[in-house]
Amino acid sequence: MPLLKLSEGRLSPALEEALVEVSFEEWVENPQANAEATALVISNDAPLADIAADLNGFDVIILDFPTFKDGRAYSQARLLRERFSYTGELRARGHVLRDQILFMARCGFDAFDFHGNDIDSLEAAMREFSYVYQAAADSAEPVWRRRLKTAAAA
Amino acid sequence: MYRYDEFDATMVQERTEQFRGQVARRLAGEISEDEFKPLRLMNGLYLQLHAYMLRVAIPYGTLSSRQMRKLAHVARVYDKGYGHFTTRQNIQYNWPALVDVPEILAELAEAEMHAIQTSGNCIRNVTSDQYAGAAADEVEDPRPYAEMIRQWSTFHPEFSFLPRKFKIAITAAENDRAAVKVHDIGLQLLKNEAGEVGFKVIVGGGLGRTPYVGHVIREFLPKEYLLSYLEAILRVYNLQGRRDNIYKARIKILVNAVGGDHFRELVEAEWAAMAKTNVDLPVEEMARIHAYFAPPAFETLAPESTALEGQRDRDPEFARWLRANTVAHKVPGYTIVNISLKPIGGIPGDASDAQMDAVADLAEQYSLDEIRVTHEQNLVLPHVKQGDLYTVWRALKAEDLATSNIGMVSDIIACPGLDYCNLANARSIPIAQRISERFADLDDQEELGELKIKISGCINACGHHHVGHIGILGVDKKGEEFYQVTLGGSGAEDASLGDIVGRGLSSTEVVDAVEKLVGFYRESRQDNERFLDTYRRLGAEPFKEALYAAA
Repeated sequence: MPLLKLSEGRLSPALEEALVEVSFEEWVENPQANAEATALVISNDAPLADIAADLNGFDVIILDFPTFKDGRAYSQARLLRERFSYTGELRARGHVLRDQILFMARCGFDAFDFHGNDIDSLEAAMREFSYVYQAAADSAEPVWRRRLKTAAAA
Repeated sequence: MYRYDEFDATMVQERTEQFRGQVARRLAGEISEDEFKPLRLMNGLYLQLHAYMLRVAIPYGTLSSRQMRKLAHVARVYDKGYGHFTTRQNIQYNWPALVDVPEILAELAEAEMHAIQTSGNCIRNVTSDQYAGAAADEVEDPRPYAEMIRQWSTFHPEFSFLPRKFKIAITAAENDRAAVKVHDIGLQLLKNEAGEVGFKVIVGGGLGRTPYVGHVIREFLPKEYLLSYLEAILRVYNLQGRRDNIYKARIKILVNAVGGDHFRELVEAEWAAMAKTNVDLPVEEMARIHAYFAPPAFETLAPESTALEGQRDRDPEFARWLRANTVAHKVPGYTIVNISLKPIGGIPGDASDAQMDAVADLAEQYSLDEIRVTHEQNLVLPHVKQGDLYTVWRALKAEDLATSNIGMVSDIIACPGLDYCNLANARSIPIAQRISERFADLDDQEELGELKIKISGCINACGHHHVGHIGILGVDKKGEEFYQVTLGGSGAEDASLGDIVGRGLSSTEVVDAVEKLVGFYRESRQDNERFLDTYRRLGAEPFKEALYAAA
């Protein structure tokens, strides 16, 4: 199950680094006792709405896809990026498959515990679409913005 | 009508190529059926009882002649020469081969059509009023907003793996022809007291095994915030909707578990915290989409054609069709024409390739190139000049498309049922056919007036039986097909869920039962009240007696 990281639109295999993981519940309960933790592991039913603390002390936040059909972590990822301004590594763990990886990247994930071996196919998966219709947590420009620019240039 | 620009066209083409790759990987055994399933479902491809079924979207029910010809072509070349129009403004092909599907999608893309998100746990095809842009009673054309929702929801990265499927309907008239109160989200376009246009937002309606009429969570949402408000609703649902039980995973269960008021608070809090300018379209883009739906080039015509009066007087069959199948248009001299896909004894919603081509020709010549698909499984020519009505009627009649029964007892909604569907407990189509034959007499039908029969072959309620004036639900009883009758439902502006009237009936009994119920109504009605009104006035008891007493 290789770890892949996304940087400037390119996916590359990365070495597993040693992380000190803490679960969201434990950390909320007692942040002081978990000050050594470098990675926050958030289950996909954890309520994020009330987070007041700065999450940027963590190197990595790990979100879970217990099965690829369970899409809660897509919303959690966008909230972490867009609402809580988390800028560190956001890692998808669990049932992380080729055909979901573009959606994950769009929601702000930049690291993937890929559930498979065909890494080359992932590069293709990331490039299947030239445009996007909606803004998300990535830098892709929605087509309505492109249309505005085209109209302004004309 | 909306036309794809380079961006839309590229997205649909790339989707086709993506699916071509996925099919190839499946055929090569590189991905499992379990992994392939959600991918094919997001491209509208189901595995049914006998074969694959491909569901193609007809966004907000609008088609051009060119698109209808393409649908006919697909039916002819890749299927058995027919297609089935559904209650959600889609068309289904029942016999495509998996290996052909990428090519079918490529052909559809040429005509600016697709099967994107017609299945799967994602935001489905947005449906609307079939008379949009032609109806005399609308605030404004709802379709531009439907197109905005189509684009926003297409490949939405956050909402492609929701707890369950998600259906949005939009109407702009008080007379609700889009069943907005029984959708996951229903939107009613209206004007507030200041004359501004916005939406009433209704959430958590639905049919299936747990039917609900939706809750109004906002009386007036300014139109420029449509997409961000939808995004807030979807985010709350994606995070909090149940995933432990697929029968409890629709948004209606969440809304009714937490209560409409609390659900509103959750949505409003999410919406307040959201960076809306990233989601809502700027006025320029809204105007760009609106421009595609500018009224077509209507001529200035006299409000009533004298030739039409003569034709009506001379030909009673034509006069009947005018009464039953045409509706007032907002522009003087034009008429909305309904095309019945419910010939007596026919399969509700089915059309042959030749019929589709004929409708395309008529639309091109007589309806400003527009066709609509209705959630009641019929077609519409929205803009027909009154002077052309007689010609159009004769052409429709020649194709068996002029049955004068819109809204009547033989205009039955039926799901595909056990003839096709692997979820069904019982057949729907033969019941619809036999009821239609029993009430074949068009004089009788007209005299009975509006009477909506809706038939589902299982509890998933694709035939909308809960909202039928008479609903019929197929159930399995020890391996035998039985039918449960419900009464008093409505999917329109006076929405209500039907009441179960009593023990299930065998397939031989059910047609007689409908006849008894209709007979009781005929004896009991006052003035010109509809079946539904008589039922609401008298309640279930006398209808039950009529149904079971003599049996």
